[in-house]
Amino acid sequence: MSAEIIQSRREWLLSDRPASRLQARLGRAYVTWRRFSANRLALIGLLIIIALLVVAALADVLAPYSPTIGDLKNARLLPPGAAHWFGTDDLGRDIYSRIVYGSRWTLYVVILVAVIAAPIGLLVGTVAGYAGGWTDAILMRITDIFLAFPKLVLALAFVAALGPGIENAVLAIAITSWPPYARIARAETLTVRNSDYIKAVQLMGASPFRIVLRHIMPLCVSSLIVRVTLDMAGIILTAAGLGFLGLGAQPPLPEWGAMIASGRRFILDQWWVAAAPGAAILIVSLGFNLLGDGLRDALDPRSGDQ
Amino acid sequence: MTAAIAIQGLEVVFDRFRALKGVSLEVGEGQSYGLVGESGSGKSTLLKAITGLAPVASGTVTVNGKTLGKTRDKAFYRDVQMVFQDPYGSLHPRQTVDRLLQEPLAIHGIADGEKRIERALDEVGLGKGFRFRYAHQLSGGQRQRVAIARALILEPSILLLDEPTSALDASVQAEVLNLLEEVRRRRKLTFLMVSHDLAIITHMCERLMVMQNGEAVETLTASQLIGHRVSEDYTRNLLRASEGFVRV
Amino acid sequence: MSGDTLLEVDDLRVTFPTRTGLVQAVRGVSFSLGRERLGIVGESGSGKSQTGRAIMGLTPPQAQVSARKLAFDDIDLLSISPRQRRSLRGNRIAMILQDPKYSLDPVMTIGRQIVETLRTHEKVSKAEARERALAMLQAVQIRDPARVFDLYPHEVSGGMGQRAMIAMMLITGPELMIADEPTSALDVTVQLDVLKILDKLVAERGMGLIFISHDLRLVSSFCDRVVVMYAGKVVEQIKASELRDAQHPYTRGLLNCMPRIGFERHPLPVLDRKPEWAA
Repeated sequence: MSAEIIQSRREWLLSDRPASRLQARLGRAYVTWRRFSANRLALIGLLIIIALLVVAALADVLAPYSPTIGDLKNARLLPPGAAHWFGTDDLGRDIYSRIVYGSRWTLYVVILVAVIAAPIGLLVGTVAGYAGGWTDAILMRITDIFLAFPKLVLALAFVAALGPGIENAVLAIAITSWPPYARIARAETLTVRNSDYIKAVQLMGASPFRIVLRHIMPLCVSSLIVRVTLDMAGIILTAAGLGFLGLGAQPPLPEWGAMIASGRRFILDQWWVAAAPGAAILIVSLGFNLLGDGLRDALDPRSGDQ
Repeated sequence: MTAAIAIQGLEVVFDRFRALKGVSLEVGEGQSYGLVGESGSGKSTLLKAITGLAPVASGTVTVNGKTLGKTRDKAFYRDVQMVFQDPYGSLHPRQTVDRLLQEPLAIHGIADGEKRIERALDEVGLGKGFRFRYAHQLSGGQRQRVAIARALILEPSILLLDEPTSALDASVQAEVLNLLEEVRRRRKLTFLMVSHDLAIITHMCERLMVMQNGEAVETLTASQLIGHRVSEDYTRNLLRASEGFVRV
Repeated sequence: MSGDTLLEVDDLRVTFPTRTGLVQAVRGVSFSLGRERLGIVGESGSGKSQTGRAIMGLTPPQAQVSARKLAFDDIDLLSISPRQRRSLRGNRIAMILQDPKYSLDPVMTIGRQIVETLRTHEKVSKAEARERALAMLQAVQIRDPARVFDLYPHEVSGGMGQRAMIAMMLITGPELMIADEPTSALDVTVQLDVLKILDKLVAERGMGLIFISHDLRLVSSFCDRVVVMYAGKVVEQIKASELRDAQHPYTRGLLNCMPRIGFERHPLPVLDRKPEWAA
């Protein structure tokens, strides 16, 4: 019985003649999902990211100890064990709890950077690509200036100017990470701006603003999503790097990069202090990379016409 | 009869390349006019110049009595619409037919969208079942029908057709040509049609201009062409070529 | 024209695996070819190009090709090694594709491409190869062969490119030529020039030619015999001169639905596709 229902639902989704806007949209999403889920590694990536979200949301429940207040007297630098799964650090804080809470900061950084950088890149790239001429030249030269510096060095300079702190680190990373998005969006725009379907919209009397916003941007979004997802690992590492250098999250914030930094002093004797946050960064970065790869296959407008 | 389209000494220059070298023509209201030529003859450029997609270096274009300036206003696009050659390239890959047809209505702030979309789809012989499909769910002929529906939805009086059937199979071409003739009759449209195929132009148009290298070779009526009453060798060559291969 | 059989195709099938299952592009095509001009006509999706590719051995690797018999000059094409197949290809069987832009190497001059083709199949000196390449360019009626010899493909027009392509394909003196829409990308007047050249060379050299096209009228004016394909099957085989008496409604429909100068029909007759044609 239920197998039949699933079957008929699938047919409804895959129908060649959808009867409503909603069915068309869902059908399209379903096809994309099928293509995505055919890739097992991408599913693993998605699982990791979902796990990260769950951990961040339920940190209060999952963490047995406070992330900031440790037991200096009895619990300094304990190795992993039953009471402290990942051991404790030099201030007697439970590393597992700190990592659980740290996931919130990781998400905070990643999401904020994506939300700030991607729209800027998209806007600059599509406008430059569609307008051409002087607008293009000016916008792209500005982009080039940002691209000319190594990301971390530029971020360092910004944080140094703005002052250390996680908000400023986010801002600095966002400012340094939009140029590649602008390049991608511009390249995509250049390939579609002379296509007949854009000309057709021009011939309806659409304003340039409308064409960019409603016809060109939707075409650039999928490659941008892929790129941002793949970049997330880099963003986490940059944030961790800034944290490591003492310019990102400030103590006692349980940010993973800062945790590694504080653990480096005892890396030989108490390796777990640095290893646990390191592994967390590694796993989450890997998750984002796998997810991005899967999204690329599923969303790429060039692979199949969907 | 007043002229729907009148073109005087039209020149189009792309980066020093003269794509059109002073072409003049006049299309009467309700007439169907053909432009024939091979690649590089400037026939498609002429259509683009009318719509404002190609830079006009000199000459004038007058549409429905109004001489056009450098830019085209919204009202112009309610009068003049175009159907492109490649049905695979002229529909947005991420939009449903519904969205494609809604866009011109939204741009021009037309209210009775629902009714117009349904009517337009009916008119081009695509039922409701096609309304929410994406371009990739349509065949070449169906795509071209959607493109025609999109051009008609603003109820223009002039339709520019840029090789509308050259990418289609012969049997589908016949269907699309029939459809175009039908909508022209029903809506009393003026056609300006570009093709490399003399047979299609004589089938669809009453008058035609043969073009070569950005210039007009000669202007003929369809019956002159059918009767082989042509004066230029180039036209004669084209006529001979359209009859297929002859072994000597 | 026909005498000895050059190519024999019996029950050729080409199957592609797709997400939704197997798709048969060619479903049991049979014909034989002598030293004659055979046209294969059909609309998009009829399997005409895949038939040509299967004979040539250019079917994509994921596809399955099977046939009761697929023999060129009594060599079973499906059982020989890929190496033997390669040496046959270009040497004794040649193919011309629709657009010379995509089939000529963009970073090599036209002359060098012809010379390379010749030297991979025959042991000749560089000077001799050059001589023969120039002679071949002359044979395809390129007026200034020495100049065109040193040009890159993007520097010549479509018609010139297609002539160069024909020259390259004919330099090894193949016995069978498969031409897949060789003139569809060209202007009508250039189209006839290219066909004239092809016609002359095929006749002079006594080659077999398979001319694949969507244009029934053009094919019938050029070929001796026409095979009409629909949905992967042959629906009719007919002498080009008897095309007017074609029996199958699809063939007749295809002939009828094209506008013709001097035969006014409004509206044009359209094809009423019957499901049993594809059965």
